[in-house]
Amino acid sequence: MAILIDESTRIIVQGFTGKIGTFHAQDMINYGSNIVGGVTPGKGGQQHLGRPVFNTVKEAVQQVGANASIVFVPPAFAADSIMEAADAGIKYCVAITDGIPTQDMMTVKNFLRRFPIEERMVLTGPNCAGTISPGRSILGIMPGHIYMQGDVGVVGRSGTLGYEAADQMRTLGIGISTSVGIGGDPIIGSSHRDILERFEEDPETKVVVMIGEIGGPQEVEAGIFSRDHMSKPLVAYIAGLTAPEGRRMGHAGAIISAAGESAAEKVAILKELGVTISPTPSAIGETVAKVLARM
Amino acid sequence: MDIHEYQAKEILMRYGVKTAEGGLAYTIEESVQRAREIDGNVWVVKAQIHSGGRGKAGGIKVCRTHDEVREAAEELLGKILVTRQTGSVGKVCTRVYVEAGTHIAREMYLCFLIDRSSERIVMIGSGQGGMEIEELAHTNPHAIKKIFIEPAVGLQDFQAREMAFALGMEAAQLPHAVKTIRGCYRALRDLDANMVEINPLVITGSGELIALDAKMSFDENALFRRHEVAELRDKTQADPREMAASDHGLSYIGLNGDIGCMINGAGLAMATMDMIKLAGGEPANFLDVGGGASAERTEKAFRLVLADKGVKAMLVNIFAGINRCDWIAQGVVQAVRNIDMKIPLVVRLSGTNVEEGQRIIAESGLSIITAGTLAEAAEKVVQARNGAVAEECKGI
Repeated sequence: MAILIDESTRIIVQGFTGKIGTFHAQDMINYGSNIVGGVTPGKGGQQHLGRPVFNTVKEAVQQVGANASIVFVPPAFAADSIMEAADAGIKYCVAITDGIPTQDMMTVKNFLRRFPIEERMVLTGPNCAGTISPGRSILGIMPGHIYMQGDVGVVGRSGTLGYEAADQMRTLGIGISTSVGIGGDPIIGSSHRDILERFEEDPETKVVVMIGEIGGPQEVEAGIFSRDHMSKPLVAYIAGLTAPEGRRMGHAGAIISAAGESAAEKVAILKELGVTISPTPSAIGETVAKVLARM
Repeated sequence: MDIHEYQAKEILMRYGVKTAEGGLAYTIEESVQRAREIDGNVWVVKAQIHSGGRGKAGGIKVCRTHDEVREAAEELLGKILVTRQTGSVGKVCTRVYVEAGTHIAREMYLCFLIDRSSERIVMIGSGQGGMEIEELAHTNPHAIKKIFIEPAVGLQDFQAREMAFALGMEAAQLPHAVKTIRGCYRALRDLDANMVEINPLVITGSGELIALDAKMSFDENALFRRHEVAELRDKTQADPREMAASDHGLSYIGLNGDIGCMINGAGLAMATMDMIKLAGGEPANFLDVGGGASAERTEKAFRLVLADKGVKAMLVNIFAGINRCDWIAQGVVQAVRNIDMKIPLVVRLSGTNVEEGQRIIAESGLSIITAGTLAEAAEKVVQARNGAVAEECKGI
């Protein structure tokens, strides 16, 4: 099964004909992703990479049955593109764009909440590497060849650190069901917890790896979810144990979240919640191997 | 992006927030002139630096004569102020704000910021202002009022009144309190600020409501559409290396160690720094070279890292996705040749076109140490750093 995407997912690329959109669309096609077209307003009716271009997402949904989209639209217009996808009935959207204003993302999240849960589009990102179900489909920009198909679910904020983890696992012969990049921005489409819920329900996923970092309350929320609602083991690594405090955190931020936001605090809380911690970033693969060996 | 107190006050005044009469000065003479322009017999000379804790660091001086204003300006202008937030490097004070002294009857706290948990703007207030709000949150959390704002409709008057009453306002002060609260909210929304903080918000002896201090910080990602905000950036308040880095589209943070780093991706950069520390070293910097690193960009990143003369060894860790290892390898070889690098360099490449990248490094004839894994890279760079330090000691 995997989660979010597989070979049947019908993908459109928003920002299809731009340089970045073209480059990554070609990569996804090469991997075997089912790209059924793209959207560039004003270029509807043209063909690009052998696929139809549409003026609106709605047309793409109606004419080629798109149910997933990937957004490469520049930051100033990206929030609008995400909302267009949600309005058109797209089920899953990955926003790759880095640099979307935070208040725009607040608007996006508020817009998404207007839909009933069962009809609401799932969004991951922005500022992420996307999602891959190895051997089936890529909806992202990651190098597909470092991911082996298997039964470990991966969720992380960072792109390249996710590659590092996938590479370590492949070296040890451990495969991945789906790897989801949720993105590094303050306000993102899906949290670690949202993705854990999906892995818990996925019969193909046996173990889940969460790659977190300093700042925000999300890793701890995910840890609480895993203690209360997960039967599958959760392995976590939190990056930034040596990062200086207060560099990108707002002054009054500390009084908003009761839980600690530094890596050391997060690790301590997650340990208490029963999460298996990878002590170093180079031990993610072997930590997963140990957990798998115990099963 | 942070701005100065006087800039935040200028913005908030446009939104109906009252402040004490004041003026900006870059020189001692200007400071005295500003004091002359302001009625009264007490003035406060305030160092304009991007940091809290100015009072305790001696950056705020109460003066009773024009001569005292002169002395205060003389003492502050051009000086480096070290506060609990600046670190030992401190921040240079290039301008002072001269303000009319205010008779304070009561101090309060008011802040708006974007809350990551609820994904909403939250308004935070307390009737007990003046002290550190983190401290108050710890010692007396009940003294803090939080109100979340619904994004679709924005801040409503009833919420502003609720906050005003929580701050202990009296009926007569209510209209202006609501105006002040709404003004702060509007400023945050209109200008893409991440935070507006007034600490303290005061009631004066004559019952007026005044923002005695003001702090605003802005979303860097929104500066493309807030040119008037972007223009408020004061480059003297940033680390010059960080400024140079951002001019080249690189993300750099200077640290205290002596192992220079160049990595792609923020998460992998943090993880690599963790690895260096665990191997017994200390990173000299955080540097995310980003995706699509050209040879030119790589060389710029090298120059930036090596501009820190304390760097004893350098580590390059690239996991190529959008990047390609062969491009990075060419950039590294070019940088080492052009810069005539003297310190040991460890390079770890992984991902797209890794074999080609490793071949370019091997065939370059340069004494570059290579590593296959993250752990090996960290160990090798710490060893190289220790070797370099031992050599230096022998030289002495």
